[in-house]
Amino acid sequence: MAFDFTQETVKAWRRENGRVGVRNHVLILPVDDISNAACEAVANNVKGTMAIPHAYGRLQFGEDLDLHFRTIIGTGANPNVAAVVVIGIEPEWTKIIVDGIAKTGKPVEGFWIEQNGDFETIRKASWKAKEFVHWASELQKEDCALTDLWVSTKCGESDTTTGLSSCPTVGNMYDKLLPHGLYGVFGETSEITGAEHICEKRAANPEAAEKFMKTWKAYQDDVIEQFKTSDLSDSQPTKGNILGGLSTIEEKALGNLEKIGRTSTYIDVLEPAEAPTKGAGLYFMDTSSAAAECVTLMAAAGYVIHTFPTGQGNVVGNPIVPVIKISGNPRTLRTMAEHIDVDVTGVLTREMTIDQAGDALIEMIKRTANGRMTAAEALGHREFSMTKLYRSA
Amino acid sequence: MIANAHPQLLVHDKADNVGVVVVEGLTAGTEMLCVCTEDNSDFRLTAKADIPIGHKVALKDLSAGDTIIKYGEDIGKMVGGAETGGHVHVHNLKTKRW
Repeated sequence: MAFDFTQETVKAWRRENGRVGVRNHVLILPVDDISNAACEAVANNVKGTMAIPHAYGRLQFGEDLDLHFRTIIGTGANPNVAAVVVIGIEPEWTKIIVDGIAKTGKPVEGFWIEQNGDFETIRKASWKAKEFVHWASELQKEDCALTDLWVSTKCGESDTTTGLSSCPTVGNMYDKLLPHGLYGVFGETSEITGAEHICEKRAANPEAAEKFMKTWKAYQDDVIEQFKTSDLSDSQPTKGNILGGLSTIEEKALGNLEKIGRTSTYIDVLEPAEAPTKGAGLYFMDTSSAAAECVTLMAAAGYVIHTFPTGQGNVVGNPIVPVIKISGNPRTLRTMAEHIDVDVTGVLTREMTIDQAGDALIEMIKRTANGRMTAAEALGHREFSMTKLYRSA
Repeated sequence: MIANAHPQLLVHDKADNVGVVVVEGLTAGTEMLCVCTEDNSDFRLTAKADIPIGHKVALKDLSAGDTIIKYGEDIGKMVGGAETGGHVHVHNLKTKRW
């Protein structure tokens, strides 16, 4: 009889809006690049907080500005975050971020540097950060259903072993957990190229299929055709992919799609960093295939655990979301084991089935939700990379 | 399949004309145990070159223009030849897209 995943629970934080978080961060969040220094000073003053410095937030406009706001607000709103101090150069955009995060019901307060200077801003923000840390550190974990988690996926430094072992491991996990209420998401628009016809067929409804093909085609027309200088064979597959044995974008795409398993279908297509609104199930998000950008966008959409298959050994992490690394490449396990959480090399030696590998990943998701630090967390990988659509004004 | 024997080559689908080396240090002349993951069937094939882990091996004689099938799907076309047991990669295989 199939294992009943609905009965599985984890100890996690149930937030004000009902969402379940597996980490309890107090963030010091800059609205813009020039507020990074003040945020880092506050995080240095008050232990138990974390600043997330980034490169953007000035002179952006239109869709690019919308994405900036959505990413920053979504990061603060993520259930892995207990409370947020926001610092910007001026009050107006700071207020947009604060109001966006406040919709979750969590404590958030904004500060701005103009007419205060760094010193006064840091002084006031530090007092608030300290108050938030005392409050957050006393929040208690409770029993939550495993399937209340939102689990994202994206693979990196792929090779031929990812398509044979680590990607189908994630697919098996999704096939088992999505029917019981889990939220999932996959993306990497450029890397679906070569398997877009197969991805189109994996939509749960005609609207999702049409939206996917429109998104994929827009990427081809607006980005690839406009900016390409060669036939792209030098960057897709990447040099790392080619070292690992991948020869063409089609081969890479087919391995990539193994992450959505055998039976899972996606119910909607999301904009970058857009939170899903159509209930539990699998979503496709329009993202870059660059690891840090993609994980940052999925975290901003509200996903609390990321599953990351790797072949050649991508080392990416995220400031607020634990990134679980899965690899089946024996050379990677031999040379860079400190980065890998779930070893599925047994799939290649035929000592482990995909079904067993999927169970091993589910067990690691449970342990991670219960508090086990991932390899990326233990090694301090906190890559936060904003996606930018075009030049600032 | 031989008990406790680890395969050197895995093939996704019965329709595929390439397989993937899954061990380090494979040398020319090795008689590989090859397993098709679709149905766990196995066969033997001799490697014609030193082929790195993760790289592909031709399951039949391939020449320029042939379509390469992996996962049961088209992954590109040969732009050079490869004999059975030979190395298939970017030197003789290219996408049909770009």
